[in-house]
Amino acid sequence: MELRLSGVGHSYAGREVLRGVDLEVPEGQIVCIVGPSGCGKSTLLRMMGGLEVPAEGEVLQVGHSPEGCLNPLTFIFQDFALLPWRSVAGNVSLVLEDHPIARAERREMVADVLARTRLTEFVDALPRQLSGGMKQRVAIARALVVRPAVMLMDEPLSALDSQTRELLMDDLVNLWVRQPFTAVYVTHNLAEAVRLGHRIVVLSRRPGEVREVIQLDKPLAERGYGDAELEAQQKHLWDLMRAEAAAADAELVGG
Amino acid sequence: MRSLSVDKPEQKVAFRGGGFTFQSRRWVGFLVFIMLLLLAEWGTRSGVISPLTLPKPTDVFQIFVELYSSGLLFQHLIPSLLRLLVGAALGASLGIAVGLLIGLFSFVRAGLLPLVAAIFPIPKIALLPLFVIWFGIDEGSKYALIAFGTFTPTVVATFAAVDNVDRTLIRMGQSFGLSWVSIVRKIVLPGAMPGILAGLRISLAIAIILLVAAEMLGAEFGIGAYILQAGSLYDLERLFAGVVILSVLGVLVSAVIGAVERRLLDWRT
Repeated sequence: MELRLSGVGHSYAGREVLRGVDLEVPEGQIVCIVGPSGCGKSTLLRMMGGLEVPAEGEVLQVGHSPEGCLNPLTFIFQDFALLPWRSVAGNVSLVLEDHPIARAERREMVADVLARTRLTEFVDALPRQLSGGMKQRVAIARALVVRPAVMLMDEPLSALDSQTRELLMDDLVNLWVRQPFTAVYVTHNLAEAVRLGHRIVVLSRRPGEVREVIQLDKPLAERGYGDAELEAQQKHLWDLMRAEAAAADAELVGG
Repeated sequence: MRSLSVDKPEQKVAFRGGGFTFQSRRWVGFLVFIMLLLLAEWGTRSGVISPLTLPKPTDVFQIFVELYSSGLLFQHLIPSLLRLLVGAALGASLGIAVGLLIGLFSFVRAGLLPLVAAIFPIPKIALLPLFVIWFGIDEGSKYALIAFGTFTPTVVATFAAVDNVDRTLIRMGQSFGLSWVSIVRKIVLPGAMPGILAGLRISLAIAIILLVAAEMLGAEFGIGAYILQAGSLYDLERLFAGVVILSVLGVLVSAVIGAVERRLLDWRT
């Protein structure tokens, strides 16, 4: 399934945050959206997942969801959004419980996805017992278990320390290499964008408009930590964004 | 480099980070209690405290033994417990239900919140005569009074707790296509549980106060009636025995809620 955005614009309380955004998310690719803070990139993502309605333009899903897909547009949140009163397995099975799936099959699905995200030994742990990285892995498992058509990731690694971030990026790359998924990945971290993105969309500061779309052709599996080619891309991105980020930073919050 | 430290005064860095942290010291509570009892016993025995001011703790204990052996204790305690149970259960369950509705639906909130604010400050005891007319002089009016008294604080605690449920968790539920019922049952209700239980602590203490008030105004048996009888005869030993029963009841209720919290909220640190 693909996502297509045309002419998306939005404003909050008379303040324009997005203007005329055209965007395409092709199947089987990861599209990273980067931009200075407050440029509306998270708003854009929420619109793609149906959690918000754009004031202008439209968001279209094109094509069919894969077979067995329970929730075509699935989010991964920055703050994990795990239920603290449910165990790891309980948090994953939560999103299956509203579907007509036999108990045994559900348990199997949960076990399978936890094995894929290497969480099997933590099945019964509560979120408070887990590190940030583990929590996000649980959230990733929860997203994978519904076999999404498009994964919508809202700064999924921003709440983690830089070492954990590297580990989780490797995890995401491995998951994608084993079974390519479609994803929109919002981040302000340019290193993440060049590591994970097949396509990087640079938004301007508020009101957010598409400034540039960069295509990265190097296969994900070959990108590594400290890759010179990626560093060059990252520098190019930073040059694009530097002035915008500085201007956005100097704005009064809510003013 | 080593020579640098020679001849310079050395001093250990003094610890100044103590205090201001909470530590569990259960026995201190008992100790204070026992010390007070011993003080009272010593005072009344030695004559420092006149028998008209305070009864001798051992005499109060004696009254308990008599109450128990004559069977009078349960004759008073059982109707009281029944009233407390029925009244508080009615009030708390209705309160939680209405609190949830207020927390979930803005229409209900707009309609009922002013009403709750209007009845919250009414001293419920003042309404007892009204309840007697409405529900009869016997058990009905007592249930109603206790239920009404526990209802309002439970409503306020519950809707505040619902308001405090992490919105990102609700968004998460919606983003996975969970049904409304599932979101309420699996996300809102457990998320509000800490606040609801904290509110119940207050509501149930109010229920005990109202129980006694109701029993003082018209009951043959019950702890309130017992205290009233003793009070009008200035029988301080019996008065204190009744008061002790109430305190024990309060401690028990609090312990029950504590146990429920430990069971339901074991996911908290």
